[in-house]
Amino acid sequence: MPAFSCAFPGCRRDLLVIVLVVFVGIGLPIEASAPAYQSHGTEGSYLTNVTNTKKAFPVLAVNYKHVRQPFEIALWILLALLMKLGFHLIPRLSGVVPESCLLIVVGLLVGGLIKVIGEEPPVLDSQLFFLCLLPPIILDAGYFLPIRPFTENVGTILVFAVIGTLWNTFFMGGLLYALCQIESVGLGGVDLLACLLFGSIVSAVDPVAVLAVFEEIHINELVHILVFGESLLNDAVTVVLYNLFEEFAKVGTVTVLDVFLGVVCFFVVSLGGVLVGAIYGFLAAFTSRFTSHTRVIEPLFVFLYSYMAYLSSEMFHLSGIMALIVCGVVMRPYVEANISHKSYTTIKYFLKMWSSVSETLIFIFLGVSTVAGPHAWNWTFVITTVILCLVSRVLGVIGLTFIINKFRIVKLTKKDQFIVAYGGLRGAIAFSLGYLLSNRHQMRNLFLTAIITVIFFTVFVQGMTIRPLVELLAVKKKKESKPSINEEIHTEFLNHLLTGVEGVCGHYGHYHWKEKLNRFNKTYVKRWLIAGENFKEPELIAFYRKMELKQAIMMVESGQLPSALPSTISMQNIQPRAIPRVSKKREEEIRRILRSNLQNNKQKMRSRSYSRHTLFDADEEDNVSEVRLRKTKMEMERRVSVMERRMSHYLTVPANRESPRPGVRRVRFESDNQVFSADSVPTVHFEQPSPPSTPDAVSLEEEVPKRPSLEADIEGPRGNASDNHQGELDYQRLARCLSDPGPNKDKEEDDPFMSC
Amino acid sequence: MGASQSAGTEHEFQDMADRTGFSLEQIGNINKRFRQLSNNEETLSREDLASIPALDNNPIRAQIINAFFDKRNLHQNETGTVQEIGFEEFLMVMTHFRPAAMGLTEEERENLRREKLRFLFNMHDTDSDGTINLEEYRRVVEELLSKAGTIGQETAKAIADAAMLEVASTTRGKMEPDEFYEGITFENFLQILNTFDIETRMHVRFLNMDTATLRCGKSK
Repeated sequence: MPAFSCAFPGCRRDLLVIVLVVFVGIGLPIEASAPAYQSHGTEGSYLTNVTNTKKAFPVLAVNYKHVRQPFEIALWILLALLMKLGFHLIPRLSGVVPESCLLIVVGLLVGGLIKVIGEEPPVLDSQLFFLCLLPPIILDAGYFLPIRPFTENVGTILVFAVIGTLWNTFFMGGLLYALCQIESVGLGGVDLLACLLFGSIVSAVDPVAVLAVFEEIHINELVHILVFGESLLNDAVTVVLYNLFEEFAKVGTVTVLDVFLGVVCFFVVSLGGVLVGAIYGFLAAFTSRFTSHTRVIEPLFVFLYSYMAYLSSEMFHLSGIMALIVCGVVMRPYVEANISHKSYTTIKYFLKMWSSVSETLIFIFLGVSTVAGPHAWNWTFVITTVILCLVSRVLGVIGLTFIINKFRIVKLTKKDQFIVAYGGLRGAIAFSLGYLLSNRHQMRNLFLTAIITVIFFTVFVQGMTIRPLVELLAVKKKKESKPSINEEIHTEFLNHLLTGVEGVCGHYGHYHWKEKLNRFNKTYVKRWLIAGENFKEPELIAFYRKMELKQAIMMVESGQLPSALPSTISMQNIQPRAIPRVSKKREEEIRRILRSNLQNNKQKMRSRSYSRHTLFDADEEDNVSEVRLRKTKMEMERRVSVMERRMSHYLTVPANRESPRPGVRRVRFESDNQVFSADSVPTVHFEQPSPPSTPDAVSLEEEVPKRPSLEADIEGPRGNASDNHQGELDYQRLARCLSDPGPNKDKEEDDPFMSC
Repeated sequence: MGASQSAGTEHEFQDMADRTGFSLEQIGNINKRFRQLSNNEETLSREDLASIPALDNNPIRAQIINAFFDKRNLHQNETGTVQEIGFEEFLMVMTHFRPAAMGLTEEERENLRREKLRFLFNMHDTDSDGTINLEEYRRVVEELLSKAGTIGQETAKAIADAAMLEVASTTRGKMEPDEFYEGITFENFLQILNTFDIETRMHVRFLNMDTATLRCGKSK
């Protein structure tokens, strides 16, 4: 057994190495010899008519210059991803060493390789970093930011971000200046402002590194959000301090006015960033209200508006990161209420994909830049920097926590403080900022070297040891809990309860304002930003539907009934005995009706083969399990009234809807997901005691023709005159839950099932 | 802490402080609020609580008010409700919303959880029979969704049923088709809310007055 398992990844590993070597081997020489081809290519074709020598028609020619840049970019990204792939094939390694470390090592190796060949290894261009590599990571973080823990701890996070970073900067800058004053170090030329500038660069906790490391240790929610939130919000402070000290270093002197302006600048930068982000967020939400006809481009709106927010705020030297975060947070609830399920999945996966690629590239480039960059090594300075980083972080966290705990209800324990302090990793942002330093600063190379050393230290040493330390200290881990409807109910309940009790106490506290914000949101904001009537839907219902949908999809993927309820617990176990169950006779009757409807239906469906419409396949009807039948029956009975309304809606409201053939939509979804009913499949085996009136042949027939009417002729005008509005509402809600893009636009996996 | 309190009441307050774990200052503040709500009378009635404007938009308003008059929450081993409560009973109900202090032992933390969850359970179990049956749970969800219009009412039933089913599956596992699941007992309740960190969530900030008073929290 062990031999086999070793052989397999070993084979893969060898293969991978071979592939890698091939790639690198091809790529690098091509780059190196590009100039040679260049000369051949340009001169040859344009000068032949002058020289009159007839060349043979080039059947096969190489023109590398033409594709050089995209080729290199693609090659780098491919290399990065292959590396990432490789790591995960080696199980023990990825368990011990965090991915970021491995990637840096790979970068070092590649950089070394390039240098050996004689080429100049590329350095992590700050422009590339800030404009292309960083935004996806931040957007991913901001869009999926867990709001509740964030808002509950926002005070603490802000204190750590602002005051903590300030403390770090001044403590480190000051002590390093003092160090430079010492004769023996030999760094007399460094003045205070330069040291403070260096301090500001190196003191900020880096979101990329934090994300990369914390993702793997699954720490509890509170500590995670504290460190992570801090790394995001300290960007404003870093931007201000960096620009401030750069300016001052140019001038050389600092006046009180300058300091005052600096403080004002901080507020402008952070609040300005927030404002820009919020504006773009609302724009995105508003736009998404109208995208019901063009579902395919919905994800693009999300990405582009966010990127515009980032670029706009960078343009004004505001905090781009904060803009991006706020944009993501603001637009998310509204956009998610408007877009289709597929768009939501697309957004999620694209964000994850881009941020993953970015992160990988950043770390690899960090390694390569280390090999490439100009270095000036000074033992004392560098070692002191590293030590001071640690010390100032620890002192800062302890001191601030002492003050913060006076105001917190849930105090931060010593363990929490330790993880917060230890998790303050530095990363690529510090490097890029250092790289941006103009060459005016004599100490630039020294600073860069020190920054890289600090980054290496935090990522390697702290990153690698944090996991065993977390285990050792038995820090609370994240609770992996499935979404449970009971918890959701009680969350809502508790919110209202606490708001109420606060009201009784006469205290305008946290819950009171949250409630006020919710109400404001519901009455004014949602009305404008959410399409259709969805804005009225309370959270609990949305959650329930999402859960149903998820379980339906899960059921489909497993190809059978949900295994979540392996037992035969169904409604009959819960319903009080007093209410009689459906009699056997009734069941037979219903079965008969179903079968007859199926016959009618099957003729229509004959030309289209839906392999999974087992419900309405008369042949398979007998094979349908008891439970399935019950479920479907209950589904129908439950939805009868809703169906009626919807029916009338179809018949009376013409192509004002997204699709001119609503029946098609419905069917396509079914063929997608092998769902048996037109709506979200209930996982609950409903056995409702049938109210005597409803399951008539009429209502069942209404249910049936809705599905496969591809020719848009909805059979049987049995539309009862109920309000279209309600039907529209249900339709909208349904469409939102189960929706797909417009019928003509995407023909992805539906083609095998539909020959339209 | 005001001029209106005599030495006698201060002694009582100290007594209460020892029993409930509040500080003297907190009890003083709660007392002020009590007097405000009850119009300076000795007892608080339902109408007094019902007239609080902040509760108007609360969907579970009735349940909250009932909770104050529920004997089970008053640390008495009786069931049923009372018509009026005095300050001591008011304080008793408020003890359920104390935050978790630092440095609790595992057992103390567990007790705190049980106490708070018991409060919630009592709010759901309106007929005081020790179990939450389907009807009661349905009513809970309906009340929660009462502001959501007709859609709310339809799905409320479905949601309550699904939730009940979830409880049954988690706590009982397999059941024969003709077995009947009577309702959620308190132990089941504890089980399903196992991952719900109620000791950190169920508290009212107002009661944390042992720091610089950020807000006195009185609505004048």
